[in-house]
Amino acid sequence: MAKPQLMQGNQACAVGALAAGVKFFAGYPITPSTEVAEILAEMLPKFGGKFIQMEDEIASMGAVCGAALTGVKAITATSGPGFSLKQELIGYAAMAEIPCVIVNVQRLGPSTGKPTSPAQGDVMQARWGSHGDRGVIALSPTSVRETFDITVKAFNFAEKFRTPVILLLDEVIGHMRETVELPESGEVEVIDRKRPSGPPEDYQAYKPDADGVAPMADFGEGYYYHVTGLVHDYKGMPSQNNALTTELIDRLHTKIERARDEITIYHEDYTDDADVLVVAYGGTTRAAIAAVKEARAQGVKAGLLTLVTIWPFPGEIVAKAAQKAKKVIVPELNYGQLVGEIERYVPREKVVSLTRYDGELFRPEEILNPIITAGGGK
Amino acid sequence: MAGIEKYLRQSALPHIWCPGCGNGILLAAILRAVDKLGLDQKKTVVVSGIGCSSRASGYMNFNTVHTAHGRALTFATGIKLAKPELNVIVLTGDGDATAIGGNHFIHAARRNVDITTVIFNNSIYGMTGGQYSPLTPMDAKATTAPFGHIERSFDIAALAIAAGATYVARGTAFHAQLLTDLVVKGIENKGFSVIDAITQCPISYGRKNKMGSAADMLAWQRDHAVMAQAVAKMSPEDLQGKFVIGELYRTVAPEYTAEYDKLIARVEKKGGK
Ligand code: SF4
Repeated sequence: MAKPQLMQGNQACAVGALAAGVKFFAGYPITPSTEVAEILAEMLPKFGGKFIQMEDEIASMGAVCGAALTGVKAITATSGPGFSLKQELIGYAAMAEIPCVIVNVQRLGPSTGKPTSPAQGDVMQARWGSHGDRGVIALSPTSVRETFDITVKAFNFAEKFRTPVILLLDEVIGHMRETVELPESGEVEVIDRKRPSGPPEDYQAYKPDADGVAPMADFGEGYYYHVTGLVHDYKGMPSQNNALTTELIDRLHTKIERARDEITIYHEDYTDDADVLVVAYGGTTRAAIAAVKEARAQGVKAGLLTLVTIWPFPGEIVAKAAQKAKKVIVPELNYGQLVGEIERYVPREKVVSLTRYDGELFRPEEILNPIITAGGGK
Repeated sequence: MAGIEKYLRQSALPHIWCPGCGNGILLAAILRAVDKLGLDQKKTVVVSGIGCSSRASGYMNFNTVHTAHGRALTFATGIKLAKPELNVIVLTGDGDATAIGGNHFIHAARRNVDITTVIFNNSIYGMTGGQYSPLTPMDAKATTAPFGHIERSFDIAALAIAAGATYVARGTAFHAQLLTDLVVKGIENKGFSVIDAITQCPISYGRKNKMGSAADMLAWQRDHAVMAQAVAKMSPEDLQGKFVIGELYRTVAPEYTAEYDKLIARVEKKGGK
């Protein structure tokens, strides 16, 4: 362990990216994500990496895709409006199976909204923002230290599954400062993409191995292949074949779905005997845990399930944790986005949605009061 | 085609272009340039956008990327910056490069990234069926300009020069040999090179504008092109309705990826780690 240091969430994200081996950043300035870019602008050249501030959000996503094709780990950072602009190319990265990480430090929307206010309004945009169907990995850390760990995970998942991975921070986590002890570089598990080893003539860039993922060659090494956003065959060549289309779209889902257990990250606090279960994510978990502890002090058996993996949605985990509970309380800094997903796994009458969308955080008592009510208190 | 077969993905042929389309001529001219320079196939990457022109990348046996509409230069910038030893060639159309991709175009030129961009300029959106592009001439007809186009068109070369490109040239499908030479010089230039390649789209543009057959359109290119060297001797009247081909501009300016390498060296010298 390195010595403790005071660090901001966005900084932990940048440092986590470096620990994961990032060598390329392209981005466009947008509050509240700018520190990620600023720190990487300074750090990347020191680690033999490249930083570029592109002309817009779309260009940034394109540059990230291009860089990733040469074999490097690449990242961009943005916020809601920029995330919207990037969506077409995030879909492209999914279709062309280009590993990369997109950090979205969420702010209140729609539109320009409130640039410096916390929100969790991009949960559904992360899932469905780009057109069409595919599996999505989106992770939302709850602390500065966890932001470091989850950024490393984001890269590992991106590389392992050849897919864009979305890191959903919220402004609270991005800008909050905490004292953290980070692991030494050797202590961090870093996964690199599978690369082909056979003769280049035989290489098929999109022919999956048993795990649903094909090895990926670095551009410039003689493994020629075609990359396209069109439906394509194993060699990457455009195809109109219906069976092949179904197989490809299926695989964009199943390569992620089948690894659900590995991808699902969550925390449980006092859930064993909970009568009232709170399900929260991101910065909201901080008020939630305070509320749960206070409820316990007042004699209500409350528990907290924290979802770090938002997509693929860990429905089974939620169902299991909610089984014994009388009520499930879901606080979110939005109009109620993830709660709909929870209602697919928990009987609707059990679910209480708490929403806040004025740009302020939940105060613990705003979660405590419904817990007490649900727990049969006054 | 002699000598360039090795650069073609035989399995991807036949191509999807209409009979008489100039895109195949441009593709062959570009591959001849690659061959002439003896570029290392392994170290050469071809990036394209979307549209008829941008399907060319699929027929070329390199690492090739068929990106999203207008975004070829953004991918190319990422590729070149991440791995500067690669030769990066971008193939794009007039709509792709200057409408949806217009902002990327001027910024790639401003940065002077070492990329050679060939714009397949057929003055129309071909693949989507003949809608007007920023290169559609005034008064011309398009499916979205049924009464004649009332916008002025870009001069791609002037745009590229103003934005900072360090090598700018114009060729045509008719002057295929010249086009090869221009692409050679573009690739040789250490910086952002633009070759405006005028080509015929007999189907989506020609038909609507009564330009005749593909052969007639090629003859039109022949009759309206003026070699850059000849311009000085011509009067403004002679130049009326004509366009200039050949090398139009060349300068020397700092190249982006080289500047970045210098920055890394500077940081290392200061013991930046
Ligand atoms: S529509 Fe025009 S540009 Fe496209 S392939 Fe046909 S002739 Fe060529």
